[in-house]
Amino acid sequence: MLAKRIIPCLDVKDGQTVKGINFLGLKSVGDPVALARKYSEEGADELVFLDISATIEGRKAFSSLVSRIAREINIPFTVGGGISTAEDAAVLLRAGADKVSINSAAVRNPSLISEIASGFGSQCVVVAIDAKNADGTWKVTTHGGSRFSGKELFSWAKEAESLGAGEILFTSMDHDGTCGGYACEQYRRLSGMLDIPVIASGGAGTAEDIVEVLSPGGGRADAALAASVFHYGEIRIPDLKRTLAERGIPVRL
Amino acid sequence: MTGIIDYGAGNIRSVENALDRLGAGYVLASDTAILSECDRLVLPGVGEAARAMACLREKNLDAFIRNTRKPLLGICLGMQLLCSASEEGNVECLGIFGTDVRHFLHAFPEGVRLKVPHVGWNTVTSLKSDLFDGIADGSYMYFVHSYFAGICEDTVSVTEYGIPFSSALRKDNFMGCQFHPEKSGDAGERMLAAFLNIRC
Repeated sequence: MLAKRIIPCLDVKDGQTVKGINFLGLKSVGDPVALARKYSEEGADELVFLDISATIEGRKAFSSLVSRIAREINIPFTVGGGISTAEDAAVLLRAGADKVSINSAAVRNPSLISEIASGFGSQCVVVAIDAKNADGTWKVTTHGGSRFSGKELFSWAKEAESLGAGEILFTSMDHDGTCGGYACEQYRRLSGMLDIPVIASGGAGTAEDIVEVLSPGGGRADAALAASVFHYGEIRIPDLKRTLAERGIPVRL
Repeated sequence: MTGIIDYGAGNIRSVENALDRLGAGYVLASDTAILSECDRLVLPGVGEAARAMACLREKNLDAFIRNTRKPLLGICLGMQLLCSASEEGNVECLGIFGTDVRHFLHAFPEGVRLKVPHVGWNTVTSLKSDLFDGIADGSYMYFVHSYFAGICEDTVSVTEYGIPFSSALRKDNFMGCQFHPEKSGDAGERMLAAFLNIRC
């Protein structure tokens, strides 16, 4: 049976992990590869690395980091952050990333999705969508939630799928950072209308939140992504996997 | 020395990285003279079946592969190319394994609606080959595919996604796996190590 995936997300700046990391017994917490290996050994099913560098040097450090991750880590990983052209994506895929995640650039230029998909296959194109509820409509935002794009979540997700997206990673800006649970109703609707996998992101506070967003009676998402609850050690992946299994959700143990 | 057959398929890097992690020497080549010197072969593959077959034929690699007696492992599309034919581009393949390759959406039973491609970790069961030495029945491997090989007498691993399909095949010196062992964590690494130890 196909397992639901658990995906830790690491923010990287100038080739180093930035988000507060609270891992005991890890020698170099700043090294994304060391952290990635730790998560992989603990049972993470996939990893996401987001480049938040603001400089050209930072971007170069990221692409050499991607080659290192590909050499050392034996599970799939996605990279994102600042990909604005098909060539940006190609550099990272050639460096060994399994998938690229595109967000604002796809909103600006939707054909970027089909360009990358036709060159490398749909399986490596993750379209990340940030949206927030405004007057009952889920509006797509860019630039970390600070700008409305004019697009609506569900129609944009469908359009991205038809352009060749392989997966949709939806982050609810209303839930992100709250630790109060995922936007389950929206994931349920996305999962029902799309024929590609849906990754839930934003709002995980407890293992129960993850159970809820992955369960058939809840969000029905195919994968759950989280950052701080893993980095701060609030949820340990082996415990989470056990909880999910006990609750009847298929996971890789 | 392992010869990775280079016919223009994508994502060969991940196979090279996995062999590096296992400390296995390899050479990437499309020249049959070089491949003939290797003691085992890997047929990788991310891409489209009809185009991949055309590339193999263009480089005369199709006949070379059919006639080789060396242990050969086809991965993902590489495994599908070793089957009799593929629905992807309606192409005749290398004809080693006694099954053809179909699209999931053409094969799901009535009432079954699952997402395609089949992406993620799924279990391998009914394991039958020394390729799986040290790997427990029910272990998880990483899959990414829309087309699948049916069950046949060469099936050595079964996975279920809407219907049961061949997640690994073996006939004589030819082996193939639908999943990506190079991305399947420790279980995948063990399978690659087992392949490196197989003598035919």
